[in-house]
Amino acid sequence: MEHFINLGLRAVFLENLALAYFLGMCSFLACSKTVATAIGLGAAVVFVQTLTVPLNNIILNALLAEGALGWLSPALADVDLSFLSFIIFIAIIAAAVQVVEMSVDRFAPALYVSLGVFLPLIAVNCVILGGSLFMQERDYTLAESVVFGFGSGLGFAIALIALAAIREKMSYSHVPAGLRGLGITFIVVGLMSMSFMVFSGIQL
Amino acid sequence: MTATTEGAAGPVGSGRPRKPWLSAEARAALVNPILLNNPIGIQVLGICSALAITTRVDKALVMSAGVIVVAVLASTAVSLIRERVPTSIRLIVQLAIIASLVIVFDQVLKATLYELSLELSVFVGLIITNCIVLGRAEGFAMSNPPGLAALDGLGNGLGYALVLVLVGAVRELLGTGKLLGFVILPLTRDGGWYAPNVLMLLAPSALFIIGLLIWALRTWKPELQEKE
Repeated sequence: MEHFINLGLRAVFLENLALAYFLGMCSFLACSKTVATAIGLGAAVVFVQTLTVPLNNIILNALLAEGALGWLSPALADVDLSFLSFIIFIAIIAAAVQVVEMSVDRFAPALYVSLGVFLPLIAVNCVILGGSLFMQERDYTLAESVVFGFGSGLGFAIALIALAAIREKMSYSHVPAGLRGLGITFIVVGLMSMSFMVFSGIQL
Repeated sequence: MTATTEGAAGPVGSGRPRKPWLSAEARAALVNPILLNNPIGIQVLGICSALAITTRVDKALVMSAGVIVVAVLASTAVSLIRERVPTSIRLIVQLAIIASLVIVFDQVLKATLYELSLELSVFVGLIITNCIVLGRAEGFAMSNPPGLAALDGLGNGLGYALVLVLVGAVRELLGTGKLLGFVILPLTRDGGWYAPNVLMLLAPSALFIIGLLIWALRTWKPELQEKE
């Protein structure tokens, strides 16, 4: 149990995918204008991440890993299909995103409009694919990948909502014309990532 | 990329008059993304890799080559089949094309530049999730003929490469005093005068550099500035 709490906390704070590994920056910057949008995208990322990391873990161990096809016939026991993991992972992710897109369109049309092109782009959000690739690289078990998927999605959502809150406050400040909007956001994220670097040395 | 592939493109392309192979429209598709509509600087696409692999110029060059190749081929392929793909499954089809291209590029890289591919490994895989490639496939190639789509992919790839190499050059020069491995600023520990700025090798510096780059771009082109 302690192991899982540790893993979850690391995924949320120490190894924050947005601020420590800089994954998912495109939607991180573009969907953080208001807290409401940020919460919507954050929830979508948590949901898709919690769904796809364990799903990819099952696929990886049952079909792609070296020797995983041995149960079909002994001749396949030394087949290693793990180079196919890119395309299999992304196919699973795209399917999951399309399901989420259709249900958001059906049940929360206002959110669907405000997320715009960034809902389909969750499929190419590096956080989602990056989470699955980290899962492969670190050889997580199924239970660990559930915890990691949820934790890393939550960490991304927290960072996103924090940035959105800063940007809402920032609308009251006088930013030089050329820096307004995107430019100052980069600077703010740089400062946020410097402060998150503090976590990187901590061992739980 | 030639007139013959454009000729087979169907209703969208057939209305245009036949011209030598770079029409005004094609030139706009190629040139605009490089500076005026730069994918990183203006559209905020493809940022992740720009932050993570720009610590050295050679890494930035290889990554740029990968994105250009994948963007051109993926845009062309998506454009060729755009009228046969049902809207509801378009994402999966586009991603399958892109992922296959990235697997091929990854294998070629491992066969030719093995050392560099070890350093880049995760990020070559993440070309699949580079929003430039899918953004152009979804936003441009799905509604334009293959020749134009290929030029648009090339233009966006070059715009991405420009920013990547620029950021890589600043970070490598200020972080290690070298460019492409050659000593430009002799370091103090080797008897020179330059004390390297280690922050340049850490990820926050890329955010600052891109932020300042956007500032410069928007001061030069005030019409790009955002309203208050």
